[in-house]
Amino acid sequence: MSSETALATGQRARGLAPFLRSQMRNIAPFLTLIFLTAFFAFASPSFATLDNLGNILTQVSVTGIIAVGLTFVILCAEIDLSVASIANVTGIAVAYFTLQESYVNIANIPLPGAVAIILSLLLCALLGLVNALGLTVIGIPSFIMTLAMMQIAAGISALLVRGQIAYKVPSLITTLGSGSIGGIPWIVIVAAIMLLSGHLVLTYTRFGRYVYMVGGNREAAEYSGLNVKLILGAVMVISAVCSGLGGMLGVAHFGSAQQNEFDTYLLDSIAAVVVGGTSLFGGRGGIGNTIVGLFVLGVLNNGLDHVNIDSFLKILIRGLILLAALVINVYAQRLREKAAE
Amino acid sequence: MSVGQQPILELQGITKSFGGVEALRGVDFALYPGEIHGLVGENGAGKSTLMKIIAGVHTEFSGRFLVDGQEMHFRSARDAHAAGIAMVHQELSVAPDLTVAENVFLGNQPTNAFGLVQWRRMAREAGEQLARFGIDVDPMARLGDLPIGLQQLIEIARVLFSGARIVILDEPTSALSPPEVERLFATLRRLREQGTAIVFISHFIEDILLVSDTVTVFRNGRKVAETASAATSKGALIEAMIGRGGEALEHSYTDDLMLPQPSDSNVVLKVDQLSLSRSLQDVSFEARAGEVLGIYGFMGCGQQELSRILFGKLKPDGGTLAVEGVPKTFASTAAARRAGVALVPESRRDMLFHQEPVYKNISISILDRISSLLLKPAQERDIAKRQVEQLQIRPPVVGLDLGMLSGGNQQKVALAKWLTYPPKLLVLCEPTRGMDVGAKNDVINIVRDLRTRGLAIIVLSTEPETVLSLADRILVLKRGALVREFKNEPVSKDRLLEAA
Repeated sequence: MSSETALATGQRARGLAPFLRSQMRNIAPFLTLIFLTAFFAFASPSFATLDNLGNILTQVSVTGIIAVGLTFVILCAEIDLSVASIANVTGIAVAYFTLQESYVNIANIPLPGAVAIILSLLLCALLGLVNALGLTVIGIPSFIMTLAMMQIAAGISALLVRGQIAYKVPSLITTLGSGSIGGIPWIVIVAAIMLLSGHLVLTYTRFGRYVYMVGGNREAAEYSGLNVKLILGAVMVISAVCSGLGGMLGVAHFGSAQQNEFDTYLLDSIAAVVVGGTSLFGGRGGIGNTIVGLFVLGVLNNGLDHVNIDSFLKILIRGLILLAALVINVYAQRLREKAAE
Repeated sequence: MSVGQQPILELQGITKSFGGVEALRGVDFALYPGEIHGLVGENGAGKSTLMKIIAGVHTEFSGRFLVDGQEMHFRSARDAHAAGIAMVHQELSVAPDLTVAENVFLGNQPTNAFGLVQWRRMAREAGEQLARFGIDVDPMARLGDLPIGLQQLIEIARVLFSGARIVILDEPTSALSPPEVERLFATLRRLREQGTAIVFISHFIEDILLVSDTVTVFRNGRKVAETASAATSKGALIEAMIGRGGEALEHSYTDDLMLPQPSDSNVVLKVDQLSLSRSLQDVSFEARAGEVLGIYGFMGCGQQELSRILFGKLKPDGGTLAVEGVPKTFASTAAARRAGVALVPESRRDMLFHQEPVYKNISISILDRISSLLLKPAQERDIAKRQVEQLQIRPPVVGLDLGMLSGGNQQKVALAKWLTYPPKLLVLCEPTRGMDVGAKNDVINIVRDLRTRGLAIIVLSTEPETVLSLADRILVLKRGALVREFKNEPVSKDRLLEAA
């Protein structure tokens, strides 16, 4: 191709249709959100209220905190299946290091609140580091590595609580997880801050750029002299720490720490990222997409409670919506590639 | 192939074009039973195109195609296979995760009445077949665990024993060690006695002369010579391949070119006794500041591996590297970059981000020099604009996605990545491959300019023109070993081909 024809294609490709095609992954989730909101608002008078908006925000907060880290991982074209387990074990750990009521039969180690929080965060960072080492140094695919970690973290949880339920967490965590300020739940504020920070890191820092470039073309990143393994390792640790934070606040939010408490959060957090339009092939998407994805899931879960639907059918509906989002995700990637050619 | 014998395969006036470019122009070709027919020619001369027509890969062409005197028109490689034609392509096409026996019987495993694979029979027969080929290997071993040369021999064996009457081998010897080549030739001769017709394409003219009965030479899509192997020589074939008088627009490098006095500036890179399993053996050389070192060799001679080792992408089995006298073992490409080494690989796809704008492609390798924590997009764009202007990248729009640029302009972007903060050593693999004349000249001028700025530059290429147009000193790499150094002496395409 001579430079003139390249110029011509360049200009043609800046027309409206190719632009829309290349933006498909951002537009489709947004349209889905608008459609779902309109549907539930029409179907149920109790849905479109300010109170219910608050409910939705609170309901997606824990998922949102976990999804921040997961967005980094998926942008690198990796996956982290251990997020829910790590959330669970970190929530249990922070309770384990807190003085429980005498009727709670756990051989725990009560420590000052700040120490308990720091130790718990160190625990999730350590588990993330194990994920990182397995992925980068040993070379285990993240899918398998984090599957093992899912089981390991669940195992640690089981050993800590031994089938019991703990209720007390440090007061800071209690406040952030279940308190509110000026009518706004703290957990919503924390989730908003985490999402905002994630967005700022991805958009405005060098590290964020590296994440997108490694996800966009890992081979090229390596041939550009980037330390790809370091970047992949870092996103695994970030993911684990976000999960841990989500887990601690989640435990305070639910009012108890126990085994298998977070099981649904694995699917929800992955769904939020992917439904929002972040590419499973890496390099495309971001926190903005994740926020839209969170709202799609939040509106869907919440809205189904407002309309009269067989509660067992809801599970199937969620699955179908997720499938539709995956189809759009893969399709958008193809359209994008075509637009780039 | 006595006079009067009917050719098993005959092609008359074959013309084939790709998008308006004629790859073959009126080629006649005849192949006789019990003949080994060698094909030589430069990259792009039309050999592979012709063979792909014969093997049913390319089905659109003009001209007559006769098998046993009958006019045929294949619609697919399956048709060619049914007519008894089989081809071993240059790139290995085996299933590394299957066993040796499964690979030998790929697609026609022996089955019993229930359609189940007869493993024991398959293993026994595969072992027998391979033994006839002089290959002693466990038929139940995983193919991918065997050395590359052995894998290639097994692939060739599969095709040779498939019962095909016409077998086409495209560069079969490039990954083989000398004893393996000998074994292959012995088998080819045995098949010739059984009446199989064999076409043998190779860059190794010695191999062609050793094993073939007839040699055909291609140049620019035409058949320029056909002769009995016994009646020709390496020199004569090379001359026919590259042609005298130069019909091309470009400098043809057929005449001697005087290489300059070797530079005595400081040594930027010293490579000592580098080796990598089957790819490289005891490779030692130096690259100096302000000098372009050319490394020439055929496809598969170890150039790729060498360039990857220099950039920390591959770890050598043995040997040492030193940059400006400091010994280095690069743990990653990032370490190589920090030490001042830069690589532009032969495949632009491996090096560039097609879905990202041009400026992000240019800035990616220097982000840590312009920003510590926060990005500075305005500065990135400025730097990119400067590079785009200097290298005359078209269109000059730094916000455009890279995928929208033409190949030549993409290659310039690949170079531009390294030029804002020039490295000490720049390694270029096939820097002008697949470019039109204008883009080629631009790249040549950029490299010459970098040399005057004091960079040590290594150019690795399988195209003699590329090396000759750029290099001050030329090393010839042959089957993983350096076999010849040209410095301060006349050099030409003939001499390079002769040495390789």
